[in-house]
Amino acid sequence: MSIILDHVNYIYGEDGPLAVKALDDVCLQIPDGQFVGIIGHTGSGKSTLVQHMNGLLKATGGHIYFNGEDIYDRDFPMKKLRSRVGLVFQYPEHQLFEVDVFSDVCFGPKNLGMDKKEAELKAFDALRKVGMPMELYYQSPFELSGGQKRRAAIAGVLAMAPEILILDEPTAGLDPKGREEILRQIKELQVQTGMTILLVSHSMEDVAEYVDRIVVMNKGRVMYDGAPKEVFAHYRELEEVGLAAPQVTYILHALKDRGFDVDVNATTTGEAVETVLHALGRIPEAFRP
Amino acid sequence: MGIIRTKDLVYEYVRRDEEGNVEGFTTAVDKVDLDVQPGEFIAILGHNGSGKSTLAKHINAILNPTEGSVWVDGMDTSEEEHIWDIRQRAGMVFQNPDNQIIGQVVEEDVGFGPENMGVTTKEIWERVEESLKAVGMYEYRRHSPNKLSGGQKQRVSIAGVLAMHPKCIVLDEPTAMLDPKGRREVIRAVRALNEVEGITVVLITHYMEETIHADRVFVMDSGKIAMEGTPRQIFSQVERLQELRLDVPQVTLLAHELRRKGVGLPEGILTVEELADALAGSR
Repeated sequence: MSIILDHVNYIYGEDGPLAVKALDDVCLQIPDGQFVGIIGHTGSGKSTLVQHMNGLLKATGGHIYFNGEDIYDRDFPMKKLRSRVGLVFQYPEHQLFEVDVFSDVCFGPKNLGMDKKEAELKAFDALRKVGMPMELYYQSPFELSGGQKRRAAIAGVLAMAPEILILDEPTAGLDPKGREEILRQIKELQVQTGMTILLVSHSMEDVAEYVDRIVVMNKGRVMYDGAPKEVFAHYRELEEVGLAAPQVTYILHALKDRGFDVDVNATTTGEAVETVLHALGRIPEAFRP
Repeated sequence: MGIIRTKDLVYEYVRRDEEGNVEGFTTAVDKVDLDVQPGEFIAILGHNGSGKSTLAKHINAILNPTEGSVWVDGMDTSEEEHIWDIRQRAGMVFQNPDNQIIGQVVEEDVGFGPENMGVTTKEIWERVEESLKAVGMYEYRRHSPNKLSGGQKQRVSIAGVLAMHPKCIVLDEPTAMLDPKGRREVIRAVRALNEVEGITVVLITHYMEETIHADRVFVMDSGKIAMEGTPRQIFSQVERLQELRLDVPQVTLLAHELRRKGVGLPEGILTVEELADALAGSR
């Protein structure tokens, strides 16, 4: 399912004296099955942007198309859009409420009007996809660890069988291992199901490691849009708008300044190891047996 | 005796079922001995549920030990009559900036603490000014806190604690909800308090990079102190940290991986400059 945003504008309090332009002429084309990272500092418009994609906010100007259909068309089934685009909010575990994990995950599909059996099948499938251990299915969601709670909340959205999954800061407040586990699971989900995934994040290291494409938002506009390498090449400009490139970018630039022949475009630790070894390979005495 | 000291500190949460009957106990902090010297910068790391926040809440008597004792500036936190003195000596900053700001205007918010302590009006204004200057927020003194960014709000929260003239400040994941710029601003402000004002800092965080300037790092696991040492000593143990569900700064990890591939580098490299210099030196 593809999304096209065509010159989308959004102004908070449009008619009031305190009107704020939160989205400014945003044009984006997201093809089927892509894993897109959306980064930007607080207040850059990234959350506003994703809330447009399932119709929670309505653009004050421009058009949004799902598979070629204009979602602002009077005949467009807006309610259906919400089940086709799953949105996982920040700190989604605050929205857990049922007596056990399984019932909580069943709530979404039941709410969409699925019968009990179908909802349970969907819930089971979703819990399996997020890697929730089976013995926790009938535990109270409030007794899970931080990472497990978040998995339960993501499963709740997945159970509605969305075609697009949007996650707003899914790793905020988790420990490093928890962050890695959640992101790896999301990546696996994308690879296995071919689902389109949008990941809103502050963490450049995380984004660089997993996504196909990065969209950088600044002051409501799309500042950069491209593969991680292309975007992080602008690391100085990113810093000026309150962001940063992954730490490896800085290391590689520092090495380049000291005369090493490294590829400064490497964005993950693995790639950096390769290029540094390669650069060192030309100076064999740097190696110890 | 240090400014913060714990001895055999144990804290147990009572678990209850739906009817409120006791089901059992969870030991969140398990026999922790801590001795923090005045002026030290301490960082506490640990995975979610390792007990670090529970430990922190003992330092300004939000929680009282189940067993063992906690002393702040020589005062036992379990003695009711010291509670206000302790909270003034050891200020606390929490994760969510929106839960901590009460004033309509920045300077009013910062003045709340000293006003509550009965400080004279003239001195309140002096304290507000110096605190806001210390965290670099003086030019925003007339602003509404609602309009500030996350990093700016956290710095106002820190100024609010500072205005109470504490001897130490405990920060429980102050940067968890901030973007990279906000994180940098807050950490810079915290380091300035420690280095310039000499305030003892206890920083709890999930971001490894934020701890590299600490004097000592403690790593918690299952309520116990699992590791203790300088940042360099701690981050030299990449595999051990990964076992404890943590990691190391990306630069340390890169150096570690290169070392494993046979490049002659020391363990525990903490900054970009260090790594670049070490590699340049090795050729």
